[in-house]
Amino acid sequence: MYEESAFDMRKVAIIGVGNSKFGVRNDVNVTELAFEAVKPSLEDAGVAAKEIEFMALGTVGAGAWYEEPLPAVVVAEYCGLTGAGLARCEAACASGSAAFLMAYSGVASGQMDIAAAVGLEKMREVDTPTAVELIGRGGYYLWEFHNFGLTFPGYYALHATAHMAKYGTTEEDLAMVAVKNHKNATMNPIAHLRNKITVDDVLSSMVIASPLKLYDCCPLTDGASSIILASEEKAKELKVDTPIWVAGIGYSSGSANLSKRPSYSSLEASVIAGQMAYKTAGVTPDQVDVAEVHDCFTIAEILAYEDLGFCKKGEGPKLVREGQTEIGGKIPVNADGGLKAKGHPIGATGCSMIYELTKQLREEAVERGRQVPMKNYVALAHNVGGTGHYCYVTILKR
Amino acid sequence: MPTIKTRPITLAQEIPISKTLKFWDGLKEGKVYGTKCLKCGKLYFPPAADCGNCSSSEVEWVELSNEAEIETYTYIVVRPSSFQNYKPYTVAIGRLKEGVRVLAWLTGLKLSEIKTGIKVKLIAKVNQDGTPTYEFVPF
Repeated sequence: MYEESAFDMRKVAIIGVGNSKFGVRNDVNVTELAFEAVKPSLEDAGVAAKEIEFMALGTVGAGAWYEEPLPAVVVAEYCGLTGAGLARCEAACASGSAAFLMAYSGVASGQMDIAAAVGLEKMREVDTPTAVELIGRGGYYLWEFHNFGLTFPGYYALHATAHMAKYGTTEEDLAMVAVKNHKNATMNPIAHLRNKITVDDVLSSMVIASPLKLYDCCPLTDGASSIILASEEKAKELKVDTPIWVAGIGYSSGSANLSKRPSYSSLEASVIAGQMAYKTAGVTPDQVDVAEVHDCFTIAEILAYEDLGFCKKGEGPKLVREGQTEIGGKIPVNADGGLKAKGHPIGATGCSMIYELTKQLREEAVERGRQVPMKNYVALAHNVGGTGHYCYVTILKR
Repeated sequence: MPTIKTRPITLAQEIPISKTLKFWDGLKEGKVYGTKCLKCGKLYFPPAADCGNCSSSEVEWVELSNEAEIETYTYIVVRPSSFQNYKPYTVAIGRLKEGVRVLAWLTGLKLSEIKTGIKVKLIAKVNQDGTPTYEFVPF
């Protein structure tokens, strides 16, 4: 049924993208932050706010680390979208991708012609221990947090320990991911952390959850990102110069309890979501020109290389050591600095990956030095929610 | 930057444990229970009153063995706000011989003594504040 109905879906184009500056944004409230992404996305698409038929908002901390419990309605009112259909999508750190799937599905099905997927997070209105508390609770509060106080770095540290034990991955290998992504972020004006770092900086930074250290971890970031999607007909009608096509979306999930996972040296949800996306898009991993992967912690980027088939299992460290994931390498990964250095405003990340890939595929406006050479005009976004609790893989083509 | 502070609230939800009471009571008696589905035979830890595998709600309580092999671990230094009064702690995942895994604190070993593959003992205990819990400790 799935295969058959997929053929009946309409082609969907990304016609506009916008992204706020990422960072500690205590200069704006949550709606003002969203506006910084929504406005340029509408201008980029050449449509008015009133033309948006539906907005799916990916965000996590509503009523928790920021104050508004109904973020879709306050964002819509502030950005002139009131009257459009609205929903908030939650898939933890993959909420932006879940919102993107919702908007894509609405357009692909014929339900709507123009839809917006907006990702938004405001994480710096609470202090760090409170943020660590709120994020650590998901996972499974009752079985992992209540008595044991697991933190998010802790969840990924459990994967790092296992990967190191199984494949001999070292702390230096992990550090090289951080060094690469910080280097890319120095060239990205919207990035949160724009300082160049060395392997020694990473290794000598304080332990957060062993073996992960401060520079193995993404920062707590405020940010917003907005993507405007339209049907093929609508994109033609609007005379969009360079539509970017949604070629395939894959999704899967992993058990809530980490103790029920088949392995800690891989995220099974990434493997399955990746295979589904490749199959739907009709591409293979070696055809991907540029990828955004979910590097909330350095180990997560290594896992992603392997789970998405950019290399064999256990060879992720080799890929980064050889510089194959640098801009100009075999498969450039996180050319925008990634979650690690561009920053990780949880709900915004999925949309921000699509923002970056759209700019890359258009070969426009990416800062000098950050443009990835295109061969096949195929780009991949890999967005994980939780520790492999949710996973979305989105493949775009020009 | 100028800001205004929201009105503070304190949240403490009350989680029902009627259906898993034997587990929580068992911890006080020094026992760690899992559940087993009477229909499909699937063993659960954490315990579950309903079987997600076959949708049956007929389950039996089984006491778990206490020998675990450590599969992975981490030493948590930066702690959540509600754990600020604790010293850094080690969280580990151990596999029991029945095949189920348990996530819990690992105490009584130095970090340098902990490796994947080591055998530890799973014990039930009651914390000083009266909270029942379970932990991995050396044999």
